[in-house]
Amino acid sequence: MRAGILRSPSPLPGFGLSFGIMMTVLSIVVLLPIGALLGRGLMIGPGELWDMVNSRRIWSALALSFRAALIASLFNLVFGLLLAWVLVRYRFWARRFIDAAVDLPFALPTAVAGIALTALYAPNGVFGQALAPLGINVAYTELGIWVALVFIGLPFVVRTVQPVIEELETDVEEVSATLGARRIYTLRRVILPTLTPALLTGFALALARSVGEYGSVIFIAGNIPNLTEIAPLLIVIRLEEYNYDAAAAIGIAMLVISFAMLLVINAIQTWSRRRIGHA
Amino acid sequence: MSDIVLSRPVPVTTEPPLIRSLLIGLALTFVALFLFAPLVTVFVEALKQGWAGALDALRMPDAQAAIRMTLTIAAIAVPINAIFGIAAAWAITKFDFRGKAFLITLIDLPFAVSPVVAGLMLVLLFGANSTLGGWLIANDMPIVFAFPGIIMATLFVTFPFVARELIPVMIEQGRAEEEAALTLGASGWRTFFTVTLPNIRWALLYGVLLCNARAMGEFGAVAVVSGKIRGETATMPTMVEMFYNEYLAVAAFTLAAVLAMLALLTLLLKSLLEWRHADLLAATRRH
Repeated sequence: MRAGILRSPSPLPGFGLSFGIMMTVLSIVVLLPIGALLGRGLMIGPGELWDMVNSRRIWSALALSFRAALIASLFNLVFGLLLAWVLVRYRFWARRFIDAAVDLPFALPTAVAGIALTALYAPNGVFGQALAPLGINVAYTELGIWVALVFIGLPFVVRTVQPVIEELETDVEEVSATLGARRIYTLRRVILPTLTPALLTGFALALARSVGEYGSVIFIAGNIPNLTEIAPLLIVIRLEEYNYDAAAAIGIAMLVISFAMLLVINAIQTWSRRRIGHA
Repeated sequence: MSDIVLSRPVPVTTEPPLIRSLLIGLALTFVALFLFAPLVTVFVEALKQGWAGALDALRMPDAQAAIRMTLTIAAIAVPINAIFGIAAAWAITKFDFRGKAFLITLIDLPFAVSPVVAGLMLVLLFGANSTLGGWLIANDMPIVFAFPGIIMATLFVTFPFVARELIPVMIEQGRAEEEAALTLGASGWRTFFTVTLPNIRWALLYGVLLCNARAMGEFGAVAVVSGKIRGETATMPTMVEMFYNEYLAVAAFTLAAVLAMLALLTLLLKSLLEWRHADLLAATRRH
């Protein structure tokens, strides 16, 4: 790669070495494993793959994984925006502390979050006991999966929207107010459109993470086939049965659906950027 | 004008005080219920049988083996990731070549893949029923259900951390300083160690910190690849699961509490870096 028409000349040294290290590690750690999954898919063949995925239990698991991720990410869209706005615009006690704590779900291992949430929401847990009289069962139901995914996805929305709010120029809001707009109108028609691309990015990141989430979900979910069994767990079960082809089929289905979803979100993003007319 | 009594002007760029308090209250309640409650629960459950119970749990051989395992994994995976991150950032930011955007997408790819699917990929590649896996096992170098597999899984899930922290910082810093050093006669390595490295050291530390937290805490990918063999391939997070499933709640939560303290330490160091060196980190808030 040292001399080639693909690379413009640079006086700096070390291209061969750095590019070599990068490609070696990238190939061994990422590309080969992905190739192994896709290769296994090709070997099985599309028709067989479809037959393997086409069962009630697998469709239920896939639908649950994507539905719960969607609901939790929508919830995070609202509360993430609220948190980001409050953290940037208002001054209050312990603001910096709360700001730092938003990253807790990034730092806390998912299995730890999983058993903690289960202990909280189980019928004998603090929250579980409080919610039981209201007829709400969180642990071992789909609601529990939502709670775990809200925990996991929150920082993605906050951390993508926060810097954009920080960079907002208040004079646009002043102009809007001077022109007679009420505050709520300014928020809705001036500020929200500016934040839309960042909100969508945060939403997409939270969604991508939630769809594949495993550790925080399996403890609280109850894992009842067709009801609260998520797709990643089904992969683990198939692997434990040494049914590698079936596991690969579910894995490929997840990749395909995730990819399609990200494409749609990307399209919405491009559309909203063009509509608002700035990055 | 002086006879006109004006009420205190309300700034037009914020919300009325009542709404403000309401929103702050709502945000604090949300954080308390969804973030702090689970964290506190970990410690409460760990200390259910007092400090003695927690300490007994930590003395269990399985727990100690898991702690050693997790520390070993981080000690191996994090440096590899850091070297890869520096090399990737150097190649991508100091040179112009075709396909760069695609390469960056490939580096980011592991964040879009479920950890369980990552584990599945490694099992398919290195498992007993693949050609490569069969050969490796025949030659006494098993990867799946063994230590190398855990390292591979950890490398996969932590892959982008250092590189994506360094790339924006190094793009912003440009190439002029390195070019000047070379013109003045410094060797390539000397340029790197005396010019580039000091410029990126805080960003590097930041990336390493996040990488380390994930390396020690990874569950899904490691659970699939390691086989969770007690005393052999069980890590702290997978040991937490096994204790929990055996109704050894105090042991599970004690090990979880150690991991939680590690997470808090990570957050503390991360915040310190953000407050002190915000200007030297890649858009401090990005992940």
